[in-house]
Amino acid sequence: MSLAQITQVKALALAVPGDDIDTDRIIPARFLRCVTFDGLGEHAFRDERTGPDGKERAHPMNSAQAARIAAAKQGVMVVGFNFGCGSSREHAPQSLWRFGFTAFVGGSFAEIFFGNSTTLGVPCLTLSKEDLAECDAFVRANPNVEVTVDVANLTVSAGAKSWKADIAASARDGLVNGKWDPIADLLEGADSVAKTAGGLAYVAGK
Amino acid sequence: MAKTLFQKVWEAHTVRKLPNGQTQLFIGTHLIHEVTSPQAFGMLRDLGLKVKFPQRTFATVDHIVPTNELKEPYSDPIAQEMIEALRKNTKDYGIRFFDTTTGTQGIVHMVGPEQGITQPGTTIACGDSHTATHGAFGAIAFGIGTTQVRDVLATQTLALSPLKVRRIEVNGKLAPGVYAKDVILHIIRVLGVNGGIGYAYEYAGTTFDGFSLEERMTVCNMSIEGGARCGYVNPDQKTFDYIKGKPFAPKAADWDAAVARWASFASDPGCQYDDVKPFKAEDIRPTVTWGITPGQAVFIDEKMPALETLNAADRQTAEDAYAHMKLAPNTPIKGTKVDVCFLGSCTNGRISDLREVAKYLKGRKVSPSVKAIVVPGSQLTAIQAVHEGLDKIYIEAGFEWRGAGCSMCLAMNPDKLVGDQLCASSSNRNFKGRQGSQTGRTVLMSPLMVAAAAITGVVSDAREVFKV
Repeated sequence: MSLAQITQVKALALAVPGDDIDTDRIIPARFLRCVTFDGLGEHAFRDERTGPDGKERAHPMNSAQAARIAAAKQGVMVVGFNFGCGSSREHAPQSLWRFGFTAFVGGSFAEIFFGNSTTLGVPCLTLSKEDLAECDAFVRANPNVEVTVDVANLTVSAGAKSWKADIAASARDGLVNGKWDPIADLLEGADSVAKTAGGLAYVAGK
Repeated sequence: MAKTLFQKVWEAHTVRKLPNGQTQLFIGTHLIHEVTSPQAFGMLRDLGLKVKFPQRTFATVDHIVPTNELKEPYSDPIAQEMIEALRKNTKDYGIRFFDTTTGTQGIVHMVGPEQGITQPGTTIACGDSHTATHGAFGAIAFGIGTTQVRDVLATQTLALSPLKVRRIEVNGKLAPGVYAKDVILHIIRVLGVNGGIGYAYEYAGTTFDGFSLEERMTVCNMSIEGGARCGYVNPDQKTFDYIKGKPFAPKAADWDAAVARWASFASDPGCQYDDVKPFKAEDIRPTVTWGITPGQAVFIDEKMPALETLNAADRQTAEDAYAHMKLAPNTPIKGTKVDVCFLGSCTNGRISDLREVAKYLKGRKVSPSVKAIVVPGSQLTAIQAVHEGLDKIYIEAGFEWRGAGCSMCLAMNPDKLVGDQLCASSSNRNFKGRQGSQTGRTVLMSPLMVAAAAITGVVSDAREVFKV
């Protein structure tokens, strides 16, 4: 399986502020009543974007900037800390990716969300608290300036600004080498798998 | 060298090092359900792959099952489609399915232990973040995404990086009316909802030693709510006694060897932890959440925090939480009006939970202003409860007695809050919209506290209501 090498994402950015944004908020559970991921993009942040009265709420995902990202099918979402906590639903990164987001920049990411995004080829880079605040402010003030998420060199930059970024070494390695979906590697290890399984009594029901 | 249980299990299941530096880890037990598996089977078909170890994958249906409608076809065609898809996938690939018709269906995290599938020293993965529940048996168990469900189906392995281990040590005896649920809510309150990122939590100390397996499951269940992908308790005689005689437990000839093997996985004396956090059981009181994350919690007799006492980041989330919850800072949560009471979920829907509440519920009546439902987490639990006459106690008190499933823990079946109803809930998440109404409000608490709220119609101290 040959996959794209994701060394950098250069795109318009949208700031979605707040810490501890859970995956129920990113994609409410009623949209998980499905057997495919198709069509999830339009429901990303649905209950944050639409009020109980059915009217649009003030939310970054309802902005003209979000519409440009959706049209371009590429964009950087700038988020807070512990983004994607809660439920393991892959539907969450799937919905944001299908909406048009191709990279995330934040303070920290919940582990399962991070893993699910990486496996989709969507990098999640972290910045220090101070740099994240500056990045967030820059993105709001300069909606027309593209943000470069450089996975290879571990920086996030925009205009004249550049911030030092981080990502788990294994995720960086997978993304830049086009091996972010591990299935090929896992299948290659079949002989070793059989050996490990053979050493585990419970696998044989004992 | 002295090792933690985490290290021993990790080493025993390491297949090899992957080119990106991660470990290819063997997953001995794979649990699947209807919500996060259909796309994985789709990917498997697209790639032309088979299920590598069908006998090590076990399926049940829980999230979408309507607990007030036991006959099919369900009135919700999507729920019917999802259960049919799982029937087809498990049949096509030769996977054991604990279906609704078998008397063994239930929340996936209850079925594993009930069947004796959940065992010490094993690795368990499931497309559900509450998979840490199985850590109560000394397993390394964690939630995974759907693409990873595909990976396990196709290879019985995952690409993972090892976690650090934090020992959470709770010593002492809990006061009457204080439960395992209060312990984990308190731990999350203190360590934070993101405090566990990068860690496995080892729950240890005399308090956990004294807990039953079901109490340990309640604690491990909510590890992810503290940011930890998995949590575990070292296996002991109680663990082995619980497993003995279960359908998938090792049989007579293999039993002694299995017990010796299981015991050998417990963390060694003198092993190194990356972090240790001590707690005293005596300091813990009945705990309830007031906000929109499980860490936003207070003791029932405390006031909710004043905004000026919080740091800038917590304050922003708190302001959002107070607005959503329609609660005021620096006021007591006790006395807040409750509309719905939910007793159930993979956190607190087990037989011991139903028994404990029933003990106090006899002769009491649910407030006329409250809708109260009790949902056994599994069919086996429901059967046992009926056998013991617990259902009659609940029905007599004014609870609706339901069939097995996830029910009102999450909004994927007909059990949902309406408008801004406030629910006293024994479940695990108080996220905005979690219980099916985007303006709905959730207050997490122990099962007995849910019953106290049901009777008084307000958030109450169960110790006072039931003279505990």
